[in-house]
Amino acid sequence: MELALNWYLSLSAVLFVIGVLGVLLRRNAIVIFLSIELMLNAANLALVAFSQTFGDVNGQVLVFFVMSVAAAEVAVGLAIIIALFRNKETVNVNEINLFRG
Amino acid sequence: MHTTVLLILILPLALAAFNGLMGLFVPAYRKNEWLIGGLGTLAVAIPFVLTVKLFLGFHGEAEVVHFFTWMAAGDLQIEFAYRIDQLSLVMTLVVTGVGALIHLYSIGYMHGDSGYWRFFAYLNLFIFAMLNLVLAENLLVLFLGWEGVGLCSYLLIGFWYTDLKNSAAANKAFIVNRIGDFAFLLAMFVIFAVVTGKTDGAFGLDFTTLLAPETLGLFGAGTLLAVALLFFVGATGKSAQIPLFVWLPDAMAGPTPVSALIHAATMVTSGLYLLARLSPMVLMAPTAMTIIAIVGALTAIMAATIAITQNDIKRVLAYSTVSQLGYMFLAAGVGAYFVAIFHVMTHAFFKACLFLGSGSVIHGMHEVEHELEHKGFLGSHGKSEEEDPLMAVELPYEGKFDAQDMRTMGGLKRFMPLTRWTFLIATLAIAGIPPLAGFFSKDEILFKAFELGYNGHVWSYFVWIIGLVTAVLTAIYMTRAYLLTFEGTPRWPDAMDTKPHESPWTMTVPLVVLAALSVVGGFVGLPAVLGGSEIHHFLVHDGHGPVAEPHHEFHVPVAIEWGLLFLGLAIAAGGVLFAWFVIRWGSRGPEADTSVKRFFGPLYGTFSRKYSVDEIYQKWVVNPVVNSARKIFAPFDESAVDGAVNGVAKLVQGIALRLRGIQTGVVQHYALALVLGVVVVLALMLLG
Repeated sequence: MELALNWYLSLSAVLFVIGVLGVLLRRNAIVIFLSIELMLNAANLALVAFSQTFGDVNGQVLVFFVMSVAAAEVAVGLAIIIALFRNKETVNVNEINLFRG
Repeated sequence: MHTTVLLILILPLALAAFNGLMGLFVPAYRKNEWLIGGLGTLAVAIPFVLTVKLFLGFHGEAEVVHFFTWMAAGDLQIEFAYRIDQLSLVMTLVVTGVGALIHLYSIGYMHGDSGYWRFFAYLNLFIFAMLNLVLAENLLVLFLGWEGVGLCSYLLIGFWYTDLKNSAAANKAFIVNRIGDFAFLLAMFVIFAVVTGKTDGAFGLDFTTLLAPETLGLFGAGTLLAVALLFFVGATGKSAQIPLFVWLPDAMAGPTPVSALIHAATMVTSGLYLLARLSPMVLMAPTAMTIIAIVGALTAIMAATIAITQNDIKRVLAYSTVSQLGYMFLAAGVGAYFVAIFHVMTHAFFKACLFLGSGSVIHGMHEVEHELEHKGFLGSHGKSEEEDPLMAVELPYEGKFDAQDMRTMGGLKRFMPLTRWTFLIATLAIAGIPPLAGFFSKDEILFKAFELGYNGHVWSYFVWIIGLVTAVLTAIYMTRAYLLTFEGTPRWPDAMDTKPHESPWTMTVPLVVLAALSVVGGFVGLPAVLGGSEIHHFLVHDGHGPVAEPHHEFHVPVAIEWGLLFLGLAIAAGGVLFAWFVIRWGSRGPEADTSVKRFFGPLYGTFSRKYSVDEIYQKWVVNPVVNSARKIFAPFDESAVDGAVNGVAKLVQGIALRLRGIQTGVVQHYALALVLGVVVVLALMLLG
């Protein structure tokens, strides 16, 4: 049986909000990073759902783009976190405030 | 025509640039005195020849030569255009002719000066500016020249700028002239405000439009009076009249050729030129004319009384120039503009000759000074007279040896015969001995003043009488200067063995030429009873020429005219003979001044203090300005102006200090702001 589009979108929204809350509330940089991935995948889920419902492959193509960009982003992001850790000996974002005015 | 005018103007400018730039960047070039001086002289001599050509080919019709449009904005369109007519031709002839002679003279006079190249560059630049002034077709180009000559005057007065005294004199000349220039500017603004929009096409302050009867009709009587007076104030600055004459005597700090060229023959007469050029306009403001005549007369007599007390030969000539300029304004004020221009011309001849003669004398006296220093009489080379009392010599006055002081001169006629004869001729010319040039121009001025009085303007008789008294004084003080310098016995120390020599030919040739012009120059303006004035016919041209004149109802009877002629002769000859044989400055030397002192009594002190004008200006103008600057404007600047600027900066800083708190540096705060922003936008999209 086919699930209605709403279910997919609801799951996507829930995942996205979990991701947002994770980014806003967690202190560990690695967890924040994971939360960002979660948001990306929530978006991917929405894209695939739309693609299947409307029979348009463009959505699925876009997902591949998002995945590859996410992979690249992971590489850069992890490198930044490692560099930060070497500098500050911590991954707690509350203690990293180099931008303070 | 076009090319000729272009050449006349461009040659002095080009050579000024050439000598200036070469001197500035090629040190080896500075040594080529003959090259620099020769080029500089040619840059004026060639325009003179071209002007003569223009003059000979002139047929009485004014021509305007357009070069390009300088600026155009709405109703204002200023052309770079020059006007060739009777008036500008006469002035150009004087400027380039006398100018070329003085350039030639400078070759010898400035010999050995380290700023030789600079001098000729400035002098050529001056000629360019002066030609702009006299040839201009509109007021703005004229003003360009007007400011240009002021600048060159400043540069040349302060030519030996290492001496603070000279720089101060240059500043004084420049600043006093600013007052006059400001009035000139205001006059131009008023004219533009009145005329613009009421003529066909754009208005460019050009004389053709401005002096047309229909344009002059646009002015109300009050406006005309204001404009005429503003131009007159401008003229009092440039032409050294009361109240702005104080800069001219100080301007003698410059080299003597500069005094001759700028401060006697050309620049100081530009005020007269301006009034003559605008004569159709000024004539319509009779009150302004009266003021001009009275100011001129007062300046003439005031400067003459000062001149009689001065001992510095150049200062005597400077005050004499102020006095003669007063005569010219007197002439302009009684409506005799052509006579004013005539006197400008004759004055250029004899006063340039006198100044150059005094330069030749100073040249000789410097020679004496160097020789005395060499012999140790003046205690030079770092030794003052106190350290070396045995060698100290008696000078006829207190202080240091001064090569310009007539009290150390005397008997120079034996050593400098050419200078002496030319100086004597020029002295007699300025005193007004016929048939020399000064007699005819001065007599015509006095006659015109009398004629106006005869036609019912009683104040003009008053002006006439002042003119007569000034004529006597002129004859006396000029004869005094001549006698003290050239007659009697030498009064400098060690006069038996230390002798000056005649100057080189480059200096004496201009003297001879100018003396010759002082002899024959007057014949172009013979009085009516002797056949009529050529220059009157040329400039006024039966009402079609550039110079206007008032209409007189009554003609002075021929008998009275003859009488006035002989009165002028008697006064001039009387003055000269009185100074020569009664006061006897020649044989008695400076002692003879006591006779004058006794005659004038306490007034003599006033004269020799120069009426304390400088002190009065210092007390009532300079000091209040300086004090108010110190006490009001400096605190105002420090508290109000600086306060406003610093206050704005402090305000911005304060706001920024508070705002920077937003930037916590915690990434999650930024992320929260982002999310909140998205929520707000989404909410607006969904609800709106």
